[in-house]
Amino acid sequence: MVAQRMWQEHELKDQYDVVIIGGGVHGLATAYYLTQLGVRNIAVLEAKYVGFGGSGRNTAIVRSNYRTPEGIAFYDLSVKLYEQLAADLEFNVMFSQHGHLTLAHNEKGVTGLTERANTNQLMGVNSRIIFPEEIQRIVPDLNVFGHSRFPIQAALYHPPGGIIRHDAVVWAFARGVDRGGGHVHQKTEVTGIEVQNGQVEAVVTNRGRIKTKAVLNATAGYAGIISRMVGLEIPIETHPLQAAVTEPLKPFLNSVIVSSTLHVYVSQTDRGELVLGAEVDDHASYSLRGTLSFLEGAATHLLELFPHLANVKILRQWAGLCDMTPDYSPIMGGTPDVKGFLMTVGWGTYGFKAGPASGYLMAELIASGKTPPKLEPFALTRFYEDRLVGEKAAASVSH
Amino acid sequence: MSFQIDCPNCGCRPVWEYHYGGTPRQRPESSATERQWAEYLYNRPNIAGEQTEWWYHRSACKLWFLVRRDTRTNQVLETKRFDGTAVTSEKSEKAVQSAE
Repeated sequence: MVAQRMWQEHELKDQYDVVIIGGGVHGLATAYYLTQLGVRNIAVLEAKYVGFGGSGRNTAIVRSNYRTPEGIAFYDLSVKLYEQLAADLEFNVMFSQHGHLTLAHNEKGVTGLTERANTNQLMGVNSRIIFPEEIQRIVPDLNVFGHSRFPIQAALYHPPGGIIRHDAVVWAFARGVDRGGGHVHQKTEVTGIEVQNGQVEAVVTNRGRIKTKAVLNATAGYAGIISRMVGLEIPIETHPLQAAVTEPLKPFLNSVIVSSTLHVYVSQTDRGELVLGAEVDDHASYSLRGTLSFLEGAATHLLELFPHLANVKILRQWAGLCDMTPDYSPIMGGTPDVKGFLMTVGWGTYGFKAGPASGYLMAELIASGKTPPKLEPFALTRFYEDRLVGEKAAASVSH
Repeated sequence: MSFQIDCPNCGCRPVWEYHYGGTPRQRPESSATERQWAEYLYNRPNIAGEQTEWWYHRSACKLWFLVRRDTRTNQVLETKRFDGTAVTSEKSEKAVQSAE
């Protein structure tokens, strides 16, 4: 039997109804859901290859226990879409909903997590505060009662949270786009966007010019550069986020563990590797190189939580580019300044878990021309109208 | 990648001793519109290339000063006191060369 390609290569047509810039989870999910809505003359343009950017560099955590009602409703839709994604796309995306714990080590932390638990419950999301005995039962190897600089006092327990295989998700979406009649163009870099009388008319690429009336900016790291092609300034600063994996160990950790106080989060993959990470680097940068100081910090903090990992070796570390917004929430929708220019950008450190919801709602917006209610709070205009969606407390360490 | 910044007081020190303060911005006049204030507050040039930015030597002399840096490679091209006097030393040029 000859192996089938997941998606075909096509000639670049000179006209598409919708051009999506960025072959990551957001661009591909939008394209997939557009084909489901019958919009099939579409192209996804990816400068490198599918999943090169944030979609292949994130730490694959999925959860919906955010802080604001707007955020919770949005990420909850994404968790629900992820739950049925393997069936929808006929591809095993290895979504393991083994639970997510955010630890509190002081009174302020407990107060913040209690507020989140209450808002989560009001929004119908399974999330509650648990205390040391129950934490120890759920994570037997966690250093709950042993010596510690910052003893664990409580945790926000979110049973539907978990991890997923991020490569499988983008491959499956790309295949879904292909089956639905859309084109996925890799190694196709956008060099300009033509606007006439406030309306998008064409996209210029290294493979030629494409006439189109609708362009979606679904990039990370380059969202500002693409937006500037139509003269739009957006409130984004690009920071690297680093992560590392250890050598594989026997399975001992089911849940995702996050500690804002210790600036570390960790989960164990199906292969047994521990994936660990922290906050974004302090300074803006487009460099994808990792640092020893990150590794030292993350390892030191991880050992506070799991002292028995002292002799475990790090296999590799890497960095991804995160487009940070002032309120740690994304920017989704159009802009009154340029007709036909849409964006799903500013996905900071919380983008992968939101891919399906972002794609589903952006597809609805593009196909119908109407903004779905769940998207409205995330419009670019919120920054000019003092309607920020503050998620820093729920998204700065915990991704 | 990790890199060094040439502090006008302390010389070349590792980046984790410093705090990044963003690019210098022009505060609008008090007659500015709400939109102009919002743009001043939130928008950033976010350049992929050379930009001048504020840095603060948090772990040592507490000086705010200006650094010209390539954000694609983190190469520090020049450091200046905030009155504009360049202070790039022989030592930091060596650090730049070794970063290349």
